[in-house]
Amino acid sequence: MSLTILKAGILDTIQDLGRMGYQHLGINPTGAMDKYAASISNAIVGNSLDEAVLEMHFPAATILFETATMIAISGANFSATINKEPIPINTPLIVNKSTVLQFNSVQNNSIVYLAVKGGFKIDTWKNSCSTNLLAQVGGYNGRKLLKNDTLEFKTEPSFKNISGDYKIAPWKVNENWDADFKNELLVLPGNEWDWLSKEEQQKFLTGKFSIGTNSNRMGFQLKGPALHSHTQSELISSAVCFGTIQLLPDGQLIILMADHQTTGGYPRIGNIISAHLSALTQMKSPDHLFFSLTDHSVAENLFLKQQQHLKQLQISCTLKLENFMLENN
Amino acid sequence: MTSIPDYKIFPLGDSALTIDFGNTINECLNDTVISIFNSLQQNPFEGLIESVPAYSSLTIYYDISIINKIIKNESTVFHWIKNKVNEQLQQKQVLLNKKVSTVSIPVCYDKKYAPDLEWMSEHIKISCEEIIQLHCDTTYRVFMLGFLPGFAYMGTVNNKIEAPRKQKPQNVSEGSVGIAGKQTGIYPLSSPGGWQIIGRTPLKLFNKKEGNTLLNPGDSVRFYSINKDEFDNIESRNS
Repeated sequence: MSLTILKAGILDTIQDLGRMGYQHLGINPTGAMDKYAASISNAIVGNSLDEAVLEMHFPAATILFETATMIAISGANFSATINKEPIPINTPLIVNKSTVLQFNSVQNNSIVYLAVKGGFKIDTWKNSCSTNLLAQVGGYNGRKLLKNDTLEFKTEPSFKNISGDYKIAPWKVNENWDADFKNELLVLPGNEWDWLSKEEQQKFLTGKFSIGTNSNRMGFQLKGPALHSHTQSELISSAVCFGTIQLLPDGQLIILMADHQTTGGYPRIGNIISAHLSALTQMKSPDHLFFSLTDHSVAENLFLKQQQHLKQLQISCTLKLENFMLENN
Repeated sequence: MTSIPDYKIFPLGDSALTIDFGNTINECLNDTVISIFNSLQQNPFEGLIESVPAYSSLTIYYDISIINKIIKNESTVFHWIKNKVNEQLQQKQVLLNKKVSTVSIPVCYDKKYAPDLEWMSEHIKISCEEIIQLHCDTTYRVFMLGFLPGFAYMGTVNNKIEAPRKQKPQNVSEGSVGIAGKQTGIYPLSSPGGWQIIGRTPLKLFNKKEGNTLLNPGDSVRFYSINKDEFDNIESRNS
């Protein structure tokens, strides 16, 4: 009832939807970068959406399945193979024991999620399985996975009719909830939006920004036109969140991501709306992005639409899975 | 008991809002923030995820889906919460921070643990001994936790030993005691940091196993000077 890391990737960590409720102690929420994709991988194998999954960046881990199980891969397409044969993403897959999962090249996006049916057996720390790399707690010993690490599964589904290396379910989920989305991220103005003059605000709204090379789980550094605040006021620290766009002293922007610190003291130009965080996390250097202002009504409706899509996807997956499991049991 | 001082509410994205009492470091405002934080901890409303107190602001994180179900599209979730917070703040009386016990923290100011003490001494033209004396002579208040698990923002330091942040963050060891502007703080974990490091405590500020922090918002703190042997003794007792 386990898998083993044959070769570690650049950053393979256990994450769930985050450790909420402890930011007042300075404990940041961490959790999956792309919570939407992590939830989809769970829905596909019939898990609850907040089950812990394996988050991997490229190059990703090479993984040996020691027991047969059902898996789902979501988020990025890294040309996954089982024993060198290509397998699809966003589909339930039964993998036989002693098979090897590899990720070969980046086709699109930048973060992949692997869910196993029933979930990984990971101790929770402060109500979450998420890895806090800074404090070195949570997840798998508070660190990224290394060669020879073994992840136990909580349950062992029994598959008797599996003869080959793997079996692909005859359906695929549609992860696309917003067909209109192009690289334009919607932003709610932040409290220091007015620290930018009208001209500087226009630069933000019309400028072309790209994701900088030193972008990581803590924050995405942007490259673009330098923006200048017309006030010299110093801000005292207050809380920030995933998606907060801060203006740095050199005029460049940083967008705070899943491992952001709980508080900050840089001017908050705006916040990426929750529904667009998933798309943002899947961008990588030197992808381009544009910003456009919106209001709460639009932001909330898009978030609810995204959640609704997840719920429907989860219901349809559960129904189809029951039959698939019976056929292969 | 006193009523709520002036404030404004601004959104922090679509899932959080901040109640802001002004961009100042002030004990009364901080008492207000902690008082509202405590009542939310004791009586959370449906859809509240958590709240985070800072120097003079409290940020409330909420779940759009849960609140949207309660309000049935009457208004945006943000406006509903904003109104609710306004209503509650109008009724609220601030319980002033009751007597808090003072936490005494041993600090070894030896060169070995104080990489920036000499630079500071030259920069502010005060001897190392006097800096140590002034750092120990003040009772500090913990205004907030943030940055790292268990990192307490304390103030305010004697204006003679205020020191600027470093231009570039450097690696800072666990337990390091630093100064930045009017603030003093202790690094609970080894991490990059920009504060001027003037000493180190052998105490654990953050208990990884339990997830507890030694200091909490509203606490009073005093530092006292210890030598290297005392540092080693306390450290070995704690490990």
